Amino acid sequence: MLAAAAALTLSACGGSGGDGGKDDDAPKAKGPNLKGQTVSVAAVWSGPEKDAFRKVLDAFEESTGAKVTLVPAQDPIIGFLESKVAGGGQPDVAMLPQVGAIEQAVANGWAKPLGKGAEEALTTNYSKGWADLGSVDGTPYGVYFKAANKSLVWYNTAVFENAGVEEPKTWDEFLKAAQTVFDSGVTPVSVAGADGWTLTDWFENVYLSQAGPEKYDQLAKHEIKWTDASVTKALETLADLFGNKDFLAGGQSGALQTEFPASVTQTFTGGDQPKAGMVFEGDFVSINIGQTDAEIGTDAKVFPFPAVGENSPAVVGGDAAVALKDSKGAQALLTFLAGPESAEIWAKEGGFLSPNKAVDTAAYPNDVQRDIAEALIAAGDDIRFDMSDQAPQAFGGTPGKGEWKALQDFLKNPKDVAGTQKALERAAAAAYKE
Amino acid sequence: MADGTKTGPAAAPPAPARRRRRWTPVLFLLPALVLLGALVVYPIGYSVVRSVLDKAGESFVGVDNYVTLFTDDSIRTALANNLIWVALAPTVATALGLVFAVLTERVRWGTAFKLVVFMPMAISMLASGIIFRLVYEQDPDRGVANAAWVAVHDTFNESSAFPKAHPGPKSPLEKSEGGSFTTREPARAGEPVLLPLVGVAPDKMPEDAAPAAEAKADPGKVTGTAWQDFTRGGGGTPSVVDPEELGYPGIRVEAVKDGKVVAETRAGPDGTFALPAEADGAQLRFPADNFREPYNGVDWLGPSLVTLSVISAYVWMWAGFAMVLIAAGLAGVPRELMEAARIDGANEWQVFRRITVPMLAPVLGVVLVTLMINVLKIFDLIVVIAPGSSRDDANVLAVQLYDSAFGDRDLGVASAIAVLLFLLVMPVMVTNVRRLRKEARR
Repeated sequence: MLAAAAALTLSACGGSGGDGGKDDDAPKAKGPNLKGQTVSVAAVWSGPEKDAFRKVLDAFEESTGAKVTLVPAQDPIIGFLESKVAGGGQPDVAMLPQVGAIEQAVANGWAKPLGKGAEEALTTNYSKGWADLGSVDGTPYGVYFKAANKSLVWYNTAVFENAGVEEPKTWDEFLKAAQTVFDSGVTPVSVAGADGWTLTDWFENVYLSQAGPEKYDQLAKHEIKWTDASVTKALETLADLFGNKDFLAGGQSGALQTEFPASVTQTFTGGDQPKAGMVFEGDFVSINIGQTDAEIGTDAKVFPFPAVGENSPAVVGGDAAVALKDSKGAQALLTFLAGPESAEIWAKEGGFLSPNKAVDTAAYPNDVQRDIAEALIAAGDDIRFDMSDQAPQAFGGTPGKGEWKALQDFLKNPKDVAGTQKALERAAAAAYKE
Repeated sequence: MADGTKTGPAAAPPAPARRRRRWTPVLFLLPALVLLGALVVYPIGYSVVRSVLDKAGESFVGVDNYVTLFTDDSIRTALANNLIWVALAPTVATALGLVFAVLTERVRWGTAFKLVVFMPMAISMLASGIIFRLVYEQDPDRGVANAAWVAVHDTFNESSAFPKAHPGPKSPLEKSEGGSFTTREPARAGEPVLLPLVGVAPDKMPEDAAPAAEAKADPGKVTGTAWQDFTRGGGGTPSVVDPEELGYPGIRVEAVKDGKVVAETRAGPDGTFALPAEADGAQLRFPADNFREPYNGVDWLGPSLVTLSVISAYVWMWAGFAMVLIAAGLAGVPRELMEAARIDGANEWQVFRRITVPMLAPVLGVVLVTLMINVLKIFDLIVVIAPGSSRDDANVLAVQLYDSAFGDRDLGVASAIAVLLFLLVMPVMVTNVRRLRKEARR
């Protein structure tokens, strides 16, 4: 306790000493001088995402003089942080990928509210919808740095051209397009069934569009049961696609062994004879397309998830930066992440969307990304956060368990709607009880 | 203390010295005892205590967590799989090791062979898990297991040229038994029929495919065209032979009357075909073998096979270990016994069965027991190899322990699993210790 207090005082002194900004050593950019301080950030990103985030942190280092270490965390990040907190070695900032994770971090007493600077940046740069997502009981804790638009279908333009299909707007048009693509000789849809989270996203888009936002919110809080008639309808709609072996790359069993990266690459390799013509998932698909020869905007294009009900759904996800220590460095980093400059750095790298409305959309590398980003900003407060990410981890976020497992079993046997609902409700009842 | 050492006669050590002698070993043992206590005894004890507390670790729940072990579906799968593992993996690895050890004794390049078999042991579990994840990949173009399997299968059972072909919209064809397609109406001689199919991309057509043509009418024959009724880029007009559309060269057409095939033929490069006069009034059928899907191999990592697949990967790693230990044991078996048996007229199988194996029994026992203990705590191979969709079907206790502790964050159930694993290992340990004692006495 005493040591912690001492450390706090020390860091505070270090910080305020630099704030004058009159030292010759002072960095040129406008951030506070944090020379000699270390800020640690935990994030689950790996590969290209990690490299891009590192560039953002490098910019922070340059503008403040602080040293930022990136702590690689494992999913589920709450479990990872728990062991870190128990050992007293929690990072200054954690990038939490779920609304539920923020609530848990607050409930456990780990999260520290946003400081004045960060809060100001948040209110000027973000719409209320996003600010609310980062708040618990009205107190802002998280800054959504990276957003995901999970209501997109990517398609291979050569396949659509050969089949003579237009971008479908409704679910019926979507199924019709799938049939035409199949008639032209290409399997229409690639489903990443080995990763349960893609299946939860399929369901959420259909459900949000079909049952509407109110029901969506109720189901997300488990105020209505998974055995509800609206869920039956959504699963039956989904079975129009999942139940047709010819529409899925590799059939149902092949889809169940396809992991997300492979589901994307198999759609965009093989010229105009790929293993599938379309793949559903968020904007981050573009990173995986980047690993193929396909060019986004010419070979690979995107259309909004078809409207099942009246409106196209807008399911979003996001990673929020939350401070776990009351250090000056942590708050400075949050302020930095809430500003437009940090987001523009990653936007240039691709595979990134910022919910920050102050971000200059010229920073996005291509029109496709720009359109997705602008659509996200335009959706304003009508967005709905990924339902499985709002659910308790045991239900919505554990491989081979809960919703992931139930929907994988559904993909295996799409006729069994009632059995799927029962399995979902059983798992949900156990997970929400706690 | 120090002055006690030099006084007193040598015959009967004085009391302080005796006491010191009793304490010296304790002193020397103390560091080890403290370490053992802190690192082994305390965690075991705490796990037992924790296993009767609830998720938060605050209230006593009795045996509830143990009840969960036998009622929760995925934990029960884990238990069942652990049984399969313990029954299969050590025995197969030991048996293979025994065979390798005995055979390599007799070949010239025995050492080289042993080296190769032992090599997987040098790879970490994680790395070999990744290797086997790729080996078992479903797509025959990527996974070597399926590549081999499909190659063998296809030599006996060729796939067809039009695997995904099917009738398009407004087609006169409909699905019939066994994946074949039959016309609704009977065909007449002298009236050419159009049999449109869709679903084969131009690039995937056989090389001799030519632009489709309408068949000429021939009063003595039933003629028609089978073609891909889909113009690239715009679909074309359904049921009309559009200029860019290709015929289905070599597709088999049968004429069926009352369920009997009365005539059959194959279409030419432009998709036209002609059947003799007997076909008049028969329904035309594309038999299912036209559309046989390319064989896609075995679902190695599907729910039913995943455990066996992972066990094979484990055996690949550990057969070498068994072989090396057994070969060492074999070196200690007296040659005279085998020679004597051979002179007495025993054949090689009898020597192996009646001399070698019994002489090796203690070594085989050690190898089996070591592998059993090793198998009970198997974790990494399963986490790495099993894809998300069959992870639950490949579940074992150690993986479940991790999931319960760090996924569900239920340390109560996780501790109960730990205690159960401990109890399962105990009998194996006890036999091992007994054997060691017996051998020491010998």
